[in-house]
Amino acid sequence: MNNIHDMGGMHGFGSIPIEEDEPVFHSDWEAKAMALTVAMGAWGKWNIDASRFQRESLGPLEYLQFTYYERWLAGLADLMVAQGLVTVEEIEQAKATPGSEKQTPPLKAADVLPAMMRGGPSARPLDAAPRFAAGDRVRTSRESPEGHTRLPRYARGRVGTIELLHGGHVFPDSNAKFEGEAPQHLYTVRFTAQELWGPSASPRDSVTLDLWESYLVDA
Amino acid sequence: MDDHQEEHGHSHGHDEDAPHSHLPSEPSLRVKALESLLVEKGLVDPAALDTLIDTYETKIGPKNGAKVVARSWIDPEYRRWLLKDATAAIASLGFTGRQGEHMVAVENTPDVHNMVVCTLCSCYPWPTLGIPPVWYKSEAYRSRAVIDPRGVLAEFGVKLSEEVAVKVWDSTAEIRYLVIPQRPAGTDGLTEEMLADLVTRNSMIGTERDLSAGL
Repeated sequence: MNNIHDMGGMHGFGSIPIEEDEPVFHSDWEAKAMALTVAMGAWGKWNIDASRFQRESLGPLEYLQFTYYERWLAGLADLMVAQGLVTVEEIEQAKATPGSEKQTPPLKAADVLPAMMRGGPSARPLDAAPRFAAGDRVRTSRESPEGHTRLPRYARGRVGTIELLHGGHVFPDSNAKFEGEAPQHLYTVRFTAQELWGPSASPRDSVTLDLWESYLVDA
Repeated sequence: MDDHQEEHGHSHGHDEDAPHSHLPSEPSLRVKALESLLVEKGLVDPAALDTLIDTYETKIGPKNGAKVVARSWIDPEYRRWLLKDATAAIASLGFTGRQGEHMVAVENTPDVHNMVVCTLCSCYPWPTLGIPPVWYKSEAYRSRAVIDPRGVLAEFGVKLSEEVAVKVWDSTAEIRYLVIPQRPAGTDGLTEEMLADLVTRNSMIGTERDLSAGL
C-alpha cells in the first residue's frame, strides 16, 4: 500500500537522531511493548507479514506521531481484536470479560531463549526453477497494490541487475492477508543510484533490494 | 503529546474505531492496560516477558556480531565461508534465530562501503546485533539512506572519497545483512577477543567505516 511507511527517498525528515551510548530500551514501557508483541506472536494467530501490514495500515498522521513502539502497540491491539483473542471492551476496561475462560500462555519463560534462537525461517522449497539468473537485467513492476507489498515506490518501474538468488521464500503480499504463503523465488537486485535518482546521483553508488519473482519482468 | 496534537491526530490521522484508539493515550498506561489484561486472560506469562527483555538487554546484542567479524579477520577460511553462506557460518558461533534466519555478510574493501537500511519498517539482524537503535528506526535514516547515503554517512562522521562506491542494502525481505568492516592497521598482535572489542555496532550496519586499533 502507498502509505507513509514507504518513505525511502523522501525529503524533509531532517538529520539522523544519533544518540551516544544509547540504551537497548529507553523506558520500561518500551521494553514491555517489545516483550508483549513477541510473546503474543507465539499464539500463531498471525505472521510477521500480517504484523507489518497492520502497522503500516495506521493513518499517515498517526504513524508519524507515534514513536516506534507505539506503532507496535497499536498493531498488536488491532491484531488481537481482529483475531478474537481480546475484545474492544476488554481493551477499554483493561479487564477480562467476567466469566471468560483463562487461557494457558504458549510461551513460558524457559522456552524464550530456545524459541528466539529457533526463529521462523521464511525459506520454502520450490519445484519451479528460478526464472532469472545472476547478471540478468530485470524491470520492476509499476503496480500500486492496496494491500501489503515489499516493493517500495522508489524502486518501481526501474531496471536493475540480479545479484543473488535466495531460492523460494514466503510471499508477503499473500501471507499478510492470510491467503497462504504462496512461496516464490526471491532475488537480491542491484539498481544504480542514477537509475533510481537521476543523473546527478553518484555514478559509483547503488542500492539493492530483495524482491520476489512476481515483482520482476525481463528488461 | 499535547492536547492539540492529540485532537488533531484523532480528527484526521486514523480510523477512530480502530481497537488501539480505545487504549489510554499515555504510552506507559497503554502498556500497563494491555499487560494486565493479557496476564489476567492467561494470554501471556509475566515471567516470559521478563525473560524476553533480559534476553535482548543482556544476552543477544552487537557483541555477537563483533565475534563474527573478529573471526573473519583472523581466519581466511571462515571469512570465505561467511561470505558464501553467512547463515551457517554465523550459526557455527552460536548465533541463530529470530530476525536472523537468513543472513548475508557483505565486506567493506578500500573501494567499497556497504550500508544497511530497512526503508519500509525496521528489519535488522537481531541474533548478531540485537534490537536496532532509535536512529536506525527513524524516519530520517529510513528515508535518506537510499537517496543520500553520503550525506547520512557524513552525519556519522564518515567522509568518503568519491572513488569509494557506496552499496546500500535495503532489507525488503527476510534476508538480514551484516557488514564486515575492514580490520584496522596495527592490530597484528591482538587476540581474537581483543579484536572483537574493536568492532562497533555501527560499523556492522555501515554507518561507521574506519575502526580504531585501540590504545
